[in-house]
Amino acid sequence: MSQEKQCQCAEVQEEELYPRLEEVITEHRGKGQDLIMVLHKAQNLFGYLPRKAQEMVAEGLNVSLNEVYGVITFYNFFSTVPQGRNSVKVCLGTACYVRGSQEVLDKAQKELGIKVGGTTEDRRYSLDVVRCIGACGLAPAMLVNEDVYGRVKSPHLPDILAKYE
Amino acid sequence: MIKATINNVEIEAPEGTSILWAAKKAGFTIPTLCNHPDLKPGGQCGICVVEIEGIPGLKRACMTPVGEGFKVKTHTPRIMATRRQLVELILSNHDTDCLTCVKNNNCELQQLASIVGINVHDYSRSGERLPIDRSSVSIVRDPNKCILCGRCIQVCSNVQTVDALAVNHRGFDTVITTAFDAGLGNSVCINCGQCVVHCPVGALYEKSATEEVWEALHDPDKFVVVQEAPAVRVMLGEEFGMPTGSLVSGKMHAALRRLGFDAVLETNFTADLTIMEEGTELIDRLTSGRNLPLITSCSPGWIKFMETYFHDMIPHMSTAKSPQQMFGALAKTYYAEVKGIDPGKIVSVSIMPCTAKKFECQRPEMNASGYQDVDYVLTTREIGRMMREAGLDVKEMPDEPPDDILGDYTGAATIFGATGGVMEAAVRSAYRLVTGKELENVEIKPVRGLQGIKEAEIDIDGTRVKVAVAHSCGQARKLLNKVQDQIAKEGKSEYQFIEVMACPGGCVGGGGQSWGSNMAKRARRGESLYEEDRSLPLRRSHENPSVLALYEKFLEKPNSEKAHKLLHTHYYKRSTVDGKIKPAS
Amino acid sequence: MMLAGYAVGAAKGFIYIRGEYALSIERLEKAITQARLYGLLGENILESGFSFDLAVMKGAGAYVCGEETALIESLEGKRGHPRNKPPYPVTEGLWGKPTVVNNVETLANVPEIIRNGAAWYRGYGTDKCPGTKVYTIIGNVATPGLIEAEMGTTLRDIIYEYAGGIKEGKKFKGALVGGAAGAFMGPEMLDAKMDFVNLKEYAAVLGSGAILVMDESTDIVGMLQSVLHFFKHESCGHCVPCRLGTKQLVEIVDRIAGGKGKVEDIESLVKISEVMRDTSFCPLGQSLNLPISSSLKYFRDEVYGRVQQPA
Repeated sequence: MSQEKQCQCAEVQEEELYPRLEEVITEHRGKGQDLIMVLHKAQNLFGYLPRKAQEMVAEGLNVSLNEVYGVITFYNFFSTVPQGRNSVKVCLGTACYVRGSQEVLDKAQKELGIKVGGTTEDRRYSLDVVRCIGACGLAPAMLVNEDVYGRVKSPHLPDILAKYE
Repeated sequence: MIKATINNVEIEAPEGTSILWAAKKAGFTIPTLCNHPDLKPGGQCGICVVEIEGIPGLKRACMTPVGEGFKVKTHTPRIMATRRQLVELILSNHDTDCLTCVKNNNCELQQLASIVGINVHDYSRSGERLPIDRSSVSIVRDPNKCILCGRCIQVCSNVQTVDALAVNHRGFDTVITTAFDAGLGNSVCINCGQCVVHCPVGALYEKSATEEVWEALHDPDKFVVVQEAPAVRVMLGEEFGMPTGSLVSGKMHAALRRLGFDAVLETNFTADLTIMEEGTELIDRLTSGRNLPLITSCSPGWIKFMETYFHDMIPHMSTAKSPQQMFGALAKTYYAEVKGIDPGKIVSVSIMPCTAKKFECQRPEMNASGYQDVDYVLTTREIGRMMREAGLDVKEMPDEPPDDILGDYTGAATIFGATGGVMEAAVRSAYRLVTGKELENVEIKPVRGLQGIKEAEIDIDGTRVKVAVAHSCGQARKLLNKVQDQIAKEGKSEYQFIEVMACPGGCVGGGGQSWGSNMAKRARRGESLYEEDRSLPLRRSHENPSVLALYEKFLEKPNSEKAHKLLHTHYYKRSTVDGKIKPAS
Repeated sequence: MMLAGYAVGAAKGFIYIRGEYALSIERLEKAITQARLYGLLGENILESGFSFDLAVMKGAGAYVCGEETALIESLEGKRGHPRNKPPYPVTEGLWGKPTVVNNVETLANVPEIIRNGAAWYRGYGTDKCPGTKVYTIIGNVATPGLIEAEMGTTLRDIIYEYAGGIKEGKKFKGALVGGAAGAFMGPEMLDAKMDFVNLKEYAAVLGSGAILVMDESTDIVGMLQSVLHFFKHESCGHCVPCRLGTKQLVEIVDRIAGGKGKVEDIESLVKISEVMRDTSFCPLGQSLNLPISSSLKYFRDEVYGRVQQPA
């Protein structure tokens, strides 16, 4: 029951965001070359790229829907399914791997009760893997939203995660 | 000219020639999978790699231009081992159930595996089975067969500018799908089937109606009539190993009759009828000056393309139905009436070089007879399969005429199958309609041939009519953009009449043609149609005696009220998102 | 970049940064804004008559966009698939116009060379390979981080002088040099001089300058697993050898790591990576042979020890 409520609430919020997307598109109208930039902005708005947003971007930038969808499914950053409020990304690049990031990832999956690519039921967290976040000197590293955590050991995880509502 | 050697054979080739084509000159066919003679090389498969003396590594022959003094080797032990490895890798992710594949014996991958000598599978099959896309009424897509050569995308995006198919996702998960992976039936796909005829494997094929047609043929309660499109008579022979473009009109009638059709009739008959309707429409528009240029409407792929991308041009479209649909409407009315058959018992089948015709016959407005006017559409490939199953060989058939009263045709009808043919046929009759005199030289050469957009100026007894012909939707897009631009700037276009065919080459290049086609074959088939035109006693649509009888007994005159009800149609605006009809605003 | 723009007569430069590098993007954008304020970017820079501007392009998570033509595709707002070459970017690059693509490190060397002269720069490094190289030292070292060292510095000096040696006093096992698709090196390479020319003789590369140091506890098959999974994930999918080769490599290395591998599996790793080296469309697939062949060169016994022995 509570879940249902939450969903509706999310939808209402989403509807309210479309005028803001329209503003973003207006800045780049007809400029197909700005597609990736506009998608970054759209994803920042919605937390993912809903179908309607993709259609609006295609029309506004004058590129085919296929091109938009092709670009979205090519780049790791973009998601077509709703994400959790907080995105947890564990780095599995070689530098982090050699310093035990697999263990960190295993712990994160256990702690959150979801697999890589999943979102918790309460939409609080999404878990993903990244391949290098440019923090090799801090390996093993992980990202929560925009915050970088270095030298992570699996026992640290619960404390890190608890900071994000 | 560049001088080089291919396996020690000296060759000369113009600058820019790829090693692949240069090698052909030396007599060596370098195997390839993604390359197609009519398309740009994409370099996906890597099968065509060669060694060039002094250059380290292997180079792709398809996209490496031959250079001065190159010494190229095309089948060293290293190259042959590499090719075998690549084919094995492809097979590791390919549904190799060849016996049940529509492309069995016609598959380029199957041939390649045999050429490079694959006899064991070294690598484990990887990847899950993906769902087959059956959402389109015309085309089935099986991603488990797809090798991601990209040919379908190149024709769909670059040649046709439809942009229904694209490469989506990434790496091993890469698939060729439509936007949102929604399926061809929920996309802007125009059903032209150019993807199908360019696919080297069995990943794209027509949605078959052979089972339904067999059932009708074996049902004693049904009266099954069949019509054959103009282009089919220069394609069907290829299904039986005859040279490309063999003209088999009479043999085709005989084989269809032996297959069990109750009446073997002709789309060519309604092609002549189309000229009467569309020609009259042209005269009306020229007289009133309204909605010029008039644009032809025979090609259902083009119609859906126009409805999606150019629906502003709907007032310019001829309202005349395509010959297939005119036939359908008449078979269950006029024909049934004259022959005394219950139209409810008539099953109307058409043989088409086209996959979009399968879509056209299922359009909800195509039921002027009170029934679905055309029940089943079969491609040339499907009817070829049915004939082979029945033990019929078109090569061995006698020449037989079609049945009456929807069977007669003129040379003007038969050239409908080649790009420019409808235009030429229309001009032959419009001349008569306007001037009352016959056009003496009926051959209008400037509208023939395979160049992109063809133009001509026709002098109809002092009235100059400027016409243009486009084949492929990419060319149509260019031409229509120009027309729209002219109308916006000058209030009118320089053209009065435009013919558009969705497929390159016209219907002889349709999505329902035999496997393994290319532009050269399309050209050859077109020439055969012009040969039949020359050989026929009547070459003007308005001379067709059965057409004249139809007007006299049933329709009264071209563009009459009855003709409008049965032979004319209307168009919709479609969404550029999913190709669906947009509700009228 | 401005100097490079001046040299080739370009009016616009792009800095393409991985989307993951949020902090770098923020700092660069700030720096560019400041440069504009000081009149160092924009119209008629310092009244020189030369106009040049910079834009930051944020990537969206695709390693292949490090390949210059894939990067250009991405700049144009498309999927990062590499293009056919020729034409090379210098003749037909961004939007079909001549384009120079360089690494940050290359461009960063330019001002110093102009300021101090070529002879000064040649004073560093070796005869064949003058200058310096920036290294990212990571893995099991005491002080990981970025260093700049002369060309020709030995691997030993880089690890023990600059990076404080192996962490927790453990033994050096080996290093992965040159980035994810670089070459593994064993202890016998500690005294090899690190420069482009010399490493070529050892069939290794300096590449990005990343040196991943492994201590004695590192599992080499696990390392290969990490590298191969990474490449499977980052393969763009355009060409057969890379798309299907990485998939097979991953399946095989997982099998070996899980103790189910056979001797033939190791042979397949080599065979597939060789085909990928010879036929992949771009360097991403071509480079994977290096970590595989070098791991077998220096850690042969360990890898073969992990597969089931023939009866």
